[in-house]
Amino acid sequence: MKKSHIEEGILKILMLLSFGLVAGSLGFILLTVLIKGLPALNLAMLTQTPKGGYYLGKEGGILNAIIGSLYLAGGATLLALLLGLPMALYLETYVGRARWGSLVRLSLDVLWGIPSIVYGAFGFTLMLALGMRASLLGGILVLALLELPIMTRAMDEVIRMMPADLEQASLALGATRLETALRVVTRQMLPGILTAVLLAFGRGIGDAASVLFTAGYTDRIPTSLLQPTASLPLAVFFQLSTPFPEVQQRAYAAALVLTAMILCVSLGSRWLSARMKRYTIK
Amino acid sequence: MQTHIQIRDLNVHYGSNQALKNISLEIPRQQITVIMGPSGCGKTTMLKSLNRFLELSDDTHIQGYVLIDGQDIYAPGVDVTEIRKKAGLLAQRPFPLPMSIYDNVAYGLRIHEMQKGRDLQAAVQHYLEIAGLWDEVKDRLHSPANSLSIGQQQRLCLARGLAVEPEILLGDEPTSALDPISAQNIEQRLLDLKQEYTIVMVTHILRQARRLADYVIFMYLGEVVEHGPADEVFENPRQPRTQAYLSGQF
Repeated sequence: MKKSHIEEGILKILMLLSFGLVAGSLGFILLTVLIKGLPALNLAMLTQTPKGGYYLGKEGGILNAIIGSLYLAGGATLLALLLGLPMALYLETYVGRARWGSLVRLSLDVLWGIPSIVYGAFGFTLMLALGMRASLLGGILVLALLELPIMTRAMDEVIRMMPADLEQASLALGATRLETALRVVTRQMLPGILTAVLLAFGRGIGDAASVLFTAGYTDRIPTSLLQPTASLPLAVFFQLSTPFPEVQQRAYAAALVLTAMILCVSLGSRWLSARMKRYTIK
Repeated sequence: MQTHIQIRDLNVHYGSNQALKNISLEIPRQQITVIMGPSGCGKTTMLKSLNRFLELSDDTHIQGYVLIDGQDIYAPGVDVTEIRKKAGLLAQRPFPLPMSIYDNVAYGLRIHEMQKGRDLQAAVQHYLEIAGLWDEVKDRLHSPANSLSIGQQQRLCLARGLAVEPEILLGDEPTSALDPISAQNIEQRLLDLKQEYTIVMVTHILRQARRLADYVIFMYLGEVVEHGPADEVFENPRQPRTQAYLSGQF
C-alpha cells in the first residue's frame, strides 16, 4: 500500500475516534440525566413552586426556577442583542480591520475568557456599592455582560464572512452605509445572527456562577425586576447538595428540564436559520 | 458629440502605487464608451472613479476632477449617494441582494423613496422587461434571487440598477463571468440602452470592444494612450502601443 493511503487511513480513524468521543460524551450526559432525572419528573415538578418542606423531599416543583431562568436568560439576551448587534455592525461597517477595531475585538475576546464567577463577583460588588439587593434586574445585567462578548464576537465573525461585493452592490445603488447595514448586511447575516443570539442564550441560561450572588434564589416567581429570582442551574446545585436522595433525584430532573430547554432552542434555531438561509447569497 | 463626463488631470494612488497618471478626457453622452487595455492598466480604477467607488478602499488618494454634466463629483458637499444613483454599476460578477427577485428591483426605489405615488409593482415589471428578464421570472417574483442562473442574475442586477433611474451605466467587464449566450444577451441590452443612457464599460475582450464601442479609451500602465471614436481607433490607431495591442501582441 502507498504511504499516502496509509496516512489517509490513520487520519480517518483519528477523525472517527474524535467524533465518537464527542458523540459519546453527549450521549452519556443525556443518558445520565434521563435515567436519573426521569423518575422524579412529573407534572407537579413543572407546574408548581416549592411548597413547605420541598427541600426535605415533600411536594412542590421547580416552576420558580424554570420561569426565573427564562426571565434571566431572555432579558439578558435581549439586552446583549441591543448592545451587541450595533457593536458588531459598527465594527464591520465603519472600523473594518483598522487598529481600533482589533483593539475592540481583543477586549471582547478577553471578556469572553473571563470565568463567570468573576462576572458574578464584579456584579455583586457593583450592586453593593449601589445599594441594590440580589434581584432579577441584577441577574439580567450581569448575564448580559457575560453574553455580550460571546454574542458580539460570534456576530462579528458572521458579518466578516459577508462578501464585500454584496455591500458594494447596495452602495452602488446609492444606498448609504446605514441603509446597507440595516437592509442588506443584516438580512444576509440573519441566520448567522440568530445562531449567535441563541448561542449566547444557551450560555446564559446554563450559567450558575454569575447569578449566584446577583439574582439570589427564592421559592416565589418574581413579579418585578427588583425581586430576587430562582434559576435552573442553581436549582440543580442546591438540590444536589442536600443529603436527601429524593431531592438529589429532583436535581437531575431539573437538569433534564434545563437540557431539554437548551435542546429545543438549538434545534429550533437550526430549523429557523435553515429556512432563512433561502435568501442569503453565497 | 456631446460631452457627458469630463475627467481633468486625474491622478489616483493606492498607497505609494500610482494607478492613474494625469488622465484628461471626455466621455460622450448616450454612446457606449469602452475602456480597454491589458490587465493592471487601470481600467477598473478609472471606471470606479466615476461613481466614487475608489474611496471604499483604504489608503486611496484621488487628485483632479471628474465632472458629470459640469458638476465636480469630488467637490466638498456633494452627496455621494446622489452620484451613485446617477451612475449605476454593473459588476463583474452579479451579486443579487439577499431577498426575492421582486425586492431586488424594488430595493433602490424604496431606499430613494421613489415609489411614492407610483405603482411599485408596475415599476418592477417595467425594469425587469427592459432587462429582458420579465418573461422568465414573472411567475416566481417572490422566489429568492439566488435561485436564478448567473446570466439571469446579471440581468436582474441590470434591472435593479436601472430602477433608480441613472443617467450613466458603468460596466466592469459585465459579461466576463457569464456563458456566451448570457453574455450576448447582456451585450444586446447595452446596445438597446445606449439610446437613453451613457454607457461606460471596461473589457479585456477585444472582439467585444469592437462589437459595442462607439468611443474607445485605450489604457496602458495607468496612462491613457489613445482615445477617440471607435472607427478611428480601431481602423487607424495613431500610437504604436495601440497598434501593438490591437494586433494581439500583448
